[in-house]
Amino acid sequence: MTLTFFMKYKLEIIFAVVVIVFAAVFLIQNANIQATARPGQETWQGSDDMGSAAIEATGYTPWIQPLWTPPSTEVESLLFSIQSGLGALVIGYFFGYYRGKRDSAKSA
Amino acid sequence: MHIMEGFLPWQWCVFWYLVSAPFIIYGIYLLNRQVKAQRETLSLLAVSGAFIFLLSSLKMPSPVVGSCSHPTGTGLSTVLFGPIITCVLSLIVLIFQALFMAHGGITTLGANVFSMGIAGPLLGYAVYRVGKAVNLNIFINVFLVTAVADLFTYVITSIELAAAFPATHGGFMVSWETFFAIYAVTQIPLAILEGVLIALVFKYIIQSRGDILVKLKVLTPEQVTKIMESFK
Repeated sequence: MTLTFFMKYKLEIIFAVVVIVFAAVFLIQNANIQATARPGQETWQGSDDMGSAAIEATGYTPWIQPLWTPPSTEVESLLFSIQSGLGALVIGYFFGYYRGKRDSAKSA
Repeated sequence: MHIMEGFLPWQWCVFWYLVSAPFIIYGIYLLNRQVKAQRETLSLLAVSGAFIFLLSSLKMPSPVVGSCSHPTGTGLSTVLFGPIITCVLSLIVLIFQALFMAHGGITTLGANVFSMGIAGPLLGYAVYRVGKAVNLNIFINVFLVTAVADLFTYVITSIELAAAFPATHGGFMVSWETFFAIYAVTQIPLAILEGVLIALVFKYIIQSRGDILVKLKVLTPEQVTKIMESFK
């Protein structure tokens, strides 16, 4: 019984273990970073922003600005959430559709 | 991997547009042909695109470095539809982010499409073909394709930036080390996590639409039956 359970859900188990390890390493690393961070220092920055900062450090100034920039990080994270939501909606819709089709084929 | 608006000299913007354009044009042609020839694959195409949408919106902390980055989500569509169709799906996401979030940019679109939509998926696809040729377990193969497509995208971004901004002392290589450290090292844990996730999703796709995977020539009917049996 236990063996068949592991066989059936081995990919789910592997995924769960990887997520837990990921989270644990994050928590340990975060504790280290927060302990050594100077007051007011920004931690866990985006790599894209760090890349832009490294370019600006060479003395380069961007030659064009975006047409529209989200006015705050809150608005920006709202827009990113909408993006995730749209993706998740489509994924959930089709997996539900497949499932329903399979179930009705079985009962018919 | 997003190079922000205005953060590439215009000559490089033009260069990457020219490099990416043929892939996009060919991709749109293939996409049309795919939808017309195998209408029933449209739903998986939507799901593949939706995974790029979803995963590329998640800015995740990368535990090894202490910075944040996002996966690319291109692995699934690379396996199912190939790298050329994947570049069109990536283009849609990148335009969305450039216009609404000021994340990436229209001038840098060519460079960003090349790294995320073309170079990453192309290398991922090469891995997929090799894996198939040596009869590698499909889930391990999907994991590798996804992780490689994700990681290589960031390697290419660092090369694009090093080429545009060579260090005054030491030139390309010195500058590449800087950008490589920012982009590619951060990405390693995220690439692994993304690979495991897509491998799991692949199981659900086999279970729900194994028939389409056969039509897309990803698996043979015998393989589908065998995999279904192994999860009973």
